Amino acid sequence: MPTAASPAAAVPDAIELTDVTFGYDRRRPVLTGINLTIPRGRVVAIMGGSGCGKTTILRLIGGQLKPQAGVVRVGGRSVADMSRDDLFRLRRKIGMLFQFGALFTDMTVFENVAFPMREHTDLPDPLIRDLVLMKLHAVGLRGAAQFKPSELSGGMARRVALARAVALDPMLVMYDEPFAGLDPISLGVVGQLIRKLNDALGITSVVVTHDVYESLKIVDYLYFVSEGRIVAQGTPDEVHHSADPFVRQFVDGESDGPVPFHYPARPYAEELAASAG
Amino acid sequence: MPANALANGVRRVGAGTLRAISRAGFAARFFVSVLLHSPSAFRRLQLTAREIYFSGVLSLVVIMVSGLFVGMVLGLQGYDALNKYGAGDSLGIFVGLSLVRELGPVVAGLLFASRAGSAVTAEIGLMKTTEQLSAMEMMAVDPLARIVAPRFWGGVISMPLLAALFSVMGVFGAYLVGVRLIGVDNGTFWGNMQAGIEFWPDVTNGIIKSVVFGIAVSLIAVFEGYDAKPTAEGVSAATTRTVVGGSLAILALDFILTVFMFRGLGNV
Repeated sequence: MPTAASPAAAVPDAIELTDVTFGYDRRRPVLTGINLTIPRGRVVAIMGGSGCGKTTILRLIGGQLKPQAGVVRVGGRSVADMSRDDLFRLRRKIGMLFQFGALFTDMTVFENVAFPMREHTDLPDPLIRDLVLMKLHAVGLRGAAQFKPSELSGGMARRVALARAVALDPMLVMYDEPFAGLDPISLGVVGQLIRKLNDALGITSVVVTHDVYESLKIVDYLYFVSEGRIVAQGTPDEVHHSADPFVRQFVDGESDGPVPFHYPARPYAEELAASAG
Repeated sequence: MPANALANGVRRVGAGTLRAISRAGFAARFFVSVLLHSPSAFRRLQLTAREIYFSGVLSLVVIMVSGLFVGMVLGLQGYDALNKYGAGDSLGIFVGLSLVRELGPVVAGLLFASRAGSAVTAEIGLMKTTEQLSAMEMMAVDPLARIVAPRFWGGVISMPLLAALFSVMGVFGAYLVGVRLIGVDNGTFWGNMQAGIEFWPDVTNGIIKSVVFGIAVSLIAVFEGYDAKPTAEGVSAATTRTVVGGSLAILALDFILTVFMFRGLGNV
């Protein structure tokens, strides 16, 4: 993504991936030669079909995985070269929303949001209580503070996880499929929360998703990933008017195109004939 | 193609052996990591106390009821066998030694592996499956310190206490059957037991065994949970491995420890 000029140019981008290659083994790379820049204060979406490597990008940014080649920089520092203590210090400034919330099931909603504060600060209990209620109020769930995660709907769980992700006022929040499996109302609510929290707290947001319509409403820039490579990118306006076949297939929801409907296999007739013979 | 089949067989055995060695190495490193993260489990005692409640207190019913029945059966069978040789009065020492040296630690350990070990594995495995462990890591909280170490020490502390309680209930069960039901003399029953069982080595050997079993079962339980494949099938398989592996480990360790303990006494 093009970085804003002048004063911001002196400040390193929030996230920068340079020629990043990653695979769980050497033979099958999940990501190949990824170049991606996310300036501070923006909401950027990384889009692509299931299994294309989107979530892997988030795990590389969070230091849970190390690239086989290339560099992942957060705030100008290479994540792979950080010591464990530095990595943990960095993670205190990063919030992450997991696909299904990943709330701690043995704790109440209140305790879930209080968890990072209790782990990383020495704040007195009354202050933690007020902060937790403020965070829950921001996502509209102050009234559900004493619920257990099992008592929440999918949308509510996602909102609680969002409150927990911003509990320590991070500089960066990463969202892993925040819209998956939500009803249209929850979808809109979560989308608007992502945008509003980003602007109100002055954070940077990375949204990994395959929900193109919801993303186009809230993000500043989009990267399209397919088969481990970035195949297209642009602002929502550019994406709307793009003639790129991949972008068109993705935006229009075509079943066949640059991303084929069929998984590679022997010719159909040949396979049927083989089983008949 | 017999040559190919043979080659494939050798390959499978080789791959299986390599996997087993690599897993054993991983388990050993995991154990060291758990020990290194243990100070934090003791700094925040409420975390470990909570696990003692889940592993220990919630196992009380099964341990106490099982101990009572095992003791009652020992009383019946023991009296029947001893009485044939005119030694029915030795029931107290027979039951006491059996429970304190062997049955207490071993049966309590087997029950502990089934009741508490499986629960710990399933809980950690499900936390992994639902990305709770990943979420914790991303919040800069080490799951080894926050989740694994307290559960490990909760089990290690609970196990000897449960084994002791099992033995107490067993002795009480044998008393009910031997003294109250069959009619062995009350004073002889307790007097023989008191005279024939020494704190060192009988009771201490039982305590050592139960501590070792507690370490083995707790380590297997937390390791299997942490290493479980993050799927329903993976958690189910890990839970089974905890019960089977934990039980076999207890039986094998019991034999090894017994050999060393008796050798120490000059009996073997």
